[in-house]
Amino acid sequence: MSFCCQFCAYSAADLAGSLRLQYPPNVRIVRLLCSGKVDALHILNAFKEGWDGVFVAGCLEGECHFLTGNLHAKQWVNYSKKLLKDIGLEPERLEMFNMSAAMGTKFADTVREMTERIKKLGPSPLRKGGKTVVKK
Amino acid sequence: MIIAKLKPFDEIKEMLEDYRKILVLGCGSCVAVCMAGGEKEAGLLTTQLQMAFELDKSGKTVETITILRQCDREYIEEVKEKLGQYDAILSIACGVGVQFTAEVLDGTKILLPGLNTTFLGATAEPGTWVERCLACGDCVLDETGGVCPVTMCSKSLMNGPCGGHEEGKCEVERTRDCGWVLIYERLKKLNKLDLLKTFKGPKNYGAVKRPDKIIHEAYQPVAVEKEEAKDKK
Repeated sequence: MSFCCQFCAYSAADLAGSLRLQYPPNVRIVRLLCSGKVDALHILNAFKEGWDGVFVAGCLEGECHFLTGNLHAKQWVNYSKKLLKDIGLEPERLEMFNMSAAMGTKFADTVREMTERIKKLGPSPLRKGGKTVVKK
Repeated sequence: MIIAKLKPFDEIKEMLEDYRKILVLGCGSCVAVCMAGGEKEAGLLTTQLQMAFELDKSGKTVETITILRQCDREYIEEVKEKLGQYDAILSIACGVGVQFTAEVLDGTKILLPGLNTTFLGATAEPGTWVERCLACGDCVLDETGGVCPVTMCSKSLMNGPCGGHEEGKCEVERTRDCGWVLIYERLKKLNKLDLLKTFKGPKNYGAVKRPDKIIHEAYQPVAVEKEEAKDKK
């Protein structure tokens, strides 16, 4: 699951499409007016519904259309990582990325990177048919 | 407002060990503003607990309700019947809310605290809250330019500053501002430095008898006149 800012990552995804770039088709893109709109509840709900990984993509730091929305998103992503750790899910399943609308290649690379990372971690234990969690 | 902080997740989970059907009861007032126990935080904690219990395969269920205030009987009464369906209620209100809800439920349900109540404070900036009042019951802000010596001075000195301040910082913790330097700066701005010349006597720490109770003057008990009874005869 990816939460993408419409001014950058969402347009970058569009560009990746126009450039006919190949990236794994397992990503679902949710368009946001700004990455700063993303909330810990959105992120946790995605994991609760069984998504294996979530990433938030906002504008390059210092280039947010709403000045600090992407920095705010970064704070919420960090907080959500702590919440995931609390319940015993790997925080690496969640990540924040920054890119501009011209970075179609970066978007494709990001999806590839996240897919690889999650493949290593295995499916989410909250997904039906997922691995069994070993209690710490 | 009352500022509180969510307890560590492990502590909350441990508290809920013996219960299967759990309700997270949020409070929509002070703790909602300080992002500790409002509707959103109740939703987050509920989702977190649901996921944790699913991972544990413990079969516990968690639901959530948020009421406007847990320190007002009328709001608790509205949901009192619903609260009866759960094994335990995890209240994420301040200590007042938890105690008062327990009082209204009168031993019919166990109330567990999800927050640690910390202080009376104000919003310094989004996400940051600072302590400003100790509720001493004997306000002296008129003499100190609106800066409270009881709260802002680490030693609650009434005639400061002490010799421990250095460049406006407190000796108790060097990152903390000296309350009495703040008072001096404020009085200087107000052109009322002469207020510092008056010696303040010992503070009356008995102004609040704990646990205290206040009855508004308009609600003082009145003697019921017996004339009405006579008329009926």
